[in-house]
Amino acid sequence: MELKAIYFLIPSLIMFCCGLFGFITRRNMIAMLISLELMLNAVDMNFVIFNRFLFPGQLEGMFFTLFAIAIAAAETALAIAIIINVFRASHNIDVRTLNEMKF
Amino acid sequence: MDSVGSIILYTIVSLTIVIFSVLAVTTRKILRAATYLLFTLFATAVVYFMLDYQFLGAVQIAVYAGGILVLFVFAILLTSHPGHSSEPLTSKRRALGLIASVLMLGVTGYSLLARCNFFNAAPEAANPDMQQIGTAILSTGDNGYLLPFEAISVLLLACIIGGIVVARKR
Repeated sequence: MELKAIYFLIPSLIMFCCGLFGFITRRNMIAMLISLELMLNAVDMNFVIFNRFLFPGQLEGMFFTLFAIAIAAAETALAIAIIINVFRASHNIDVRTLNEMKF
Repeated sequence: MDSVGSIILYTIVSLTIVIFSVLAVTTRKILRAATYLLFTLFATAVVYFMLDYQFLGAVQIAVYAGGILVLFVFAILLTSHPGHSSEPLTSKRRALGLIASVLMLGVTGYSLLARCNFFNAAPEAANPDMQQIGTAILSTGDNGYLLPFEAISVLLLACIIGGIVVARKR
C-alpha cells in the first residue's frame, strides 16, 4: 500500500466540512472562531499536499501556508480583542443577542 | 511502497483529525472544543512532518498550538464560566448546518474521487532545508518572497497596535 494524495485530501475535506457545520450552527463567537480556524487549517493542509504531490521541487504551496498561518494568527488576535470588547460592553458573546451597533 | 510504520502513523493521524474535528464542533462545552482543536492542529503538524516539511510543522506547532490556542483559552476563561454548557441546538439550525456540510462533503468528495486523478504516490523530493527557505524568503528575484514577507511584518505591527487599541480599558 502506498500513501497517495487522495488519502491526505479526504481527512482535510472532512475537517473543512466540520468547520462549515460549526460555523453555521454555533452561536458563541469564540466557538465560531474555532470553527473558522478548522476551515483555515484544512485549506493550509491542502496547499501543502498539492505542493508535495504535484509540484515536488517547488516551494510555492509551503510559503503560501507559512504566510496563511501568520495571517491567521493576526486575525485571531484581533478577533479576540473585539470579542473581549463586546463582552465588556454587553456581558454576552452570543451572536443572537448582539443586535445593536452602539451600546 | 511505504513502510508499515508510516502507514500506521498515517492511520492514527487521519483518525485523530476526523474524530477530533467532529468533536470540536459538536461538544457543548467551549473549553473542550478548544482542547479538541489543539489535538487537530497537532495532527496537522504531524501530516506536515510526514510530507517532509519539517520547518512548516515546527511553525504549525509553535504558532497555532502554542500561540493561538493560548489566546483562545484566555478568551474563553474571560468570557464564560468553565463548566457552563451551551444550550442545545435547535433542530432547524442543526438541519441547516448538516445539509450544508453534507452537500459540501458529497460534491467535493465525489469530484475528488471520480473526476480528478490524484492517485499518484508521493514523488521523490529533497526536503527543503533551512538555507533554501531563508534564501527564498529574502530574495527579490524569481521564487523570491521578500515583498509578502515585509508586508506581513507591517501587518503584524498593525495587528499589535490594533489589538491594544481595541481591547484597552477606556
